[in-house]
Amino acid sequence: MPLFSQLYNFAHWLTQDRSEAEDLVQETYVKALRGFSGFQQGTNFRAWMYRILRNTFLTSRSGSKASATRPLEEEDQEQLPATEETPESIFIASSQKEMLQNALAELPVPFREILLLCDFEEMSYQEISDTLGIPAGTVMSRLSRARRALHLTLSKKLKV
Amino acid sequence: MADEFTSKLDAYLDGELAAADMKALDAHVRACPACAADMLGRVQMKRAIKSASQRYEPRSEFRAKIERRLKPRAGFPKMFRAWAYAAAVACLLFVVAVGYNYYQRERLAGERLASEIVDLHVAALADPNPVQVPSSDRHTVKPWFQGKIPFTFDLPELQNTGFTLLGGRLTYLDQTAGAELIYQVRKHYISVFIFPQQSSGQTTDLAAKSKHAAFSLQSFTHQGLRYVLISDTGDSDLGRLSDLLKSAQRE
Repeated sequence: MPLFSQLYNFAHWLTQDRSEAEDLVQETYVKALRGFSGFQQGTNFRAWMYRILRNTFLTSRSGSKASATRPLEEEDQEQLPATEETPESIFIASSQKEMLQNALAELPVPFREILLLCDFEEMSYQEISDTLGIPAGTVMSRLSRARRALHLTLSKKLKV
Repeated sequence: MADEFTSKLDAYLDGELAAADMKALDAHVRACPACAADMLGRVQMKRAIKSASQRYEPRSEFRAKIERRLKPRAGFPKMFRAWAYAAAVACLLFVVAVGYNYYQRERLAGERLASEIVDLHVAALADPNPVQVPSSDRHTVKPWFQGKIPFTFDLPELQNTGFTLLGGRLTYLDQTAGAELIYQVRKHYISVFIFPQQSSGQTTDLAAKSKHAAFSLQSFTHQGLRYVLISDTGDSDLGRLSDLLKSAQRE
């Protein structure tokens, strides 16, 4: 099955629950097969699959709840701490992978998903734009805010 | 850190800047220690996120379950099923059409052959000299064909059979030379045509018994020769003469 492991990983990150992630992946494949005739040959298959998964998640109960938690625009109102020792440098020095995972899990879904698509799936901005259904300019600004939000979350955890 | 570059750092990090901007930012990062340090931190964080993001693995049972559920549909979606049915129906129609065509061709060829046999029989009887070798002696008729046809045959003894040999004549069917023997039974005449079985143009088999233009025809092959008997008499006479001809080849 194409993209099975990646889709499951992404689904689990979104839902934060194994059982819900499995339901989400299963429903994604069923929808993809049912709608395969609608897939345009030559377009991005990976982006198409991720879009199905994400839309399925957003229409689920946990998805609609998660996406309504914190307004995105508030994230970048917080000030960055002025210090030469950044959370990233401390984090990297201590190699606390689990802390980073927890920080990612705490991010609002729109920030979490865009970071996963960009840094884990290594999608181009255009692919992310196709997957999330947002303009490329919004991809850039949302990514920037997501990274800043992660920075702040790590700052709080490390009390920098 | 220079402000004009900070907004571009993420795009630079993700390799999404235009070539000219990328070159300019490259040059700046090399010259600006603050931006270089910031960029190093971003690169390391990007790598750390990639590593940390690979967190959840699907259970093997779940993978197997999905494969089981989706395999029949994936392997044979409705569209392909429809195509498979259409292909099967098309194949069936093709086979039926070829078979019917072959049957029709064979039937027409058989009818044509029977028509020619009828013509030859009628033409011989209408001829003022129906036989070229008029004799009731089989030992006279048979040698007459020597050198005229590319095969030989034996004729039966007819004593007490009701049949009389009137003689023979050379005949042609599909450019192949053959023998035509004319017998009489009561008031009826019977033509017996003998041709090589595998001669060209004679690949079509006549039915063992058939009717054509009200004539009765019987056909059999024996020892590489094809015998066709035709007459306006009944099948039983033709059957008895056929048996006599067959037995003559074993004598």
